[in-house]
Amino acid sequence: MSNKELIVREEILGSNKKVAAEIRGKLEAAGVLVVNLLSSPGSGKTTLLERLVETLKPTHPLAVIEGDIETERDADRIRRKGVPAWQITTGGACHLEAKMVGKLLPEIPAETKFLFIENVGNLVCPAGYDLGENLRCVLLSAPEGDDKPKKYPKAFTSADCLIFTKSDLIPYLPFDLEKAGKEALDLNPRLRIFVTSALKGRGIAELARYFIESRVNMIQHQRHA
Amino acid sequence: MHELSIVASLFEILEAKAKENQATKIVVVRLKVGKLAGVVPEFLETAFDSYKQDTIAAESRLEIEEVPLKMRCRKCAAKIEKEEFILVCPSCGSTDLEILEGMELLLDKIDLEI
Repeated sequence: MSNKELIVREEILGSNKKVAAEIRGKLEAAGVLVVNLLSSPGSGKTTLLERLVETLKPTHPLAVIEGDIETERDADRIRRKGVPAWQITTGGACHLEAKMVGKLLPEIPAETKFLFIENVGNLVCPAGYDLGENLRCVLLSAPEGDDKPKKYPKAFTSADCLIFTKSDLIPYLPFDLEKAGKEALDLNPRLRIFVTSALKGRGIAELARYFIESRVNMIQHQRHA
Repeated sequence: MHELSIVASLFEILEAKAKENQATKIVVVRLKVGKLAGVVPEFLETAFDSYKQDTIAAESRLEIEEVPLKMRCRKCAAKIEKEEFILVCPSCGSTDLEILEGMELLLDKIDLEI
């Protein structure tokens, strides 16, 4: 019997990253842009998705994966808009992992241009898991408060875009949009920022355009690669 | 609180390494956890201790080295080490910073009994 020190230097979540990279590769080749939506519960991910679906669907077929701890409710809401949606119920886990998304790939229709993944409502844990997305969007709703970016830095530093939601409520709340935006940009100067209200339709067209342009860039980038 | 699923991924690697090296036991598990890895070391320890039961690492000890945030300014080459995560260079104000350390969640080394 002997003792041996083994140098490993392996990323603990390396296997998730590997599956995520495979998903990204496959879907990029099929011309599908993947968007991972992150936020705390109740910040309006599903409602924003409903509006985006209405805006994008006439020109860009899309599909949605809904992550929740329990119930089919969110997927049902998206299906009612006439879009294929799958519900992943994690049964208690606080985030989605790449292999959960990977299992659904064979079901995604060939004509799909966008795959939106609504992560489990949580501003901490989902930030550590790449799902194979091309864009990671973090949502912050006005009622949550303007002090969130620095309290949950990883969600904001790992994101490509920040979507303020429920902006129609800002006049009634002590929510300083400029302060929240500046705080987020301090953490991550490359963030694209959108101000939306799903209720009033504000910012939805701009956001849809951002996704369409990102998809065009993805396809052009592929051709040059 | 995703530490348990991190520990589950950790054990996949541990068990594979133990098998490859024909180890009879894992004695020490050393991790490097970045300040910005989004992980609470204390929760990781609790999850590790409950997960290790009846595994090859049942009697092992977990050692976590916390790694502070280190960045380098791409504009003025200043080295930046700080507690607070702000992506702005304190020397020249540039926002073009490269994160060198502090994001990692690594299985660094393990001590095996063979």
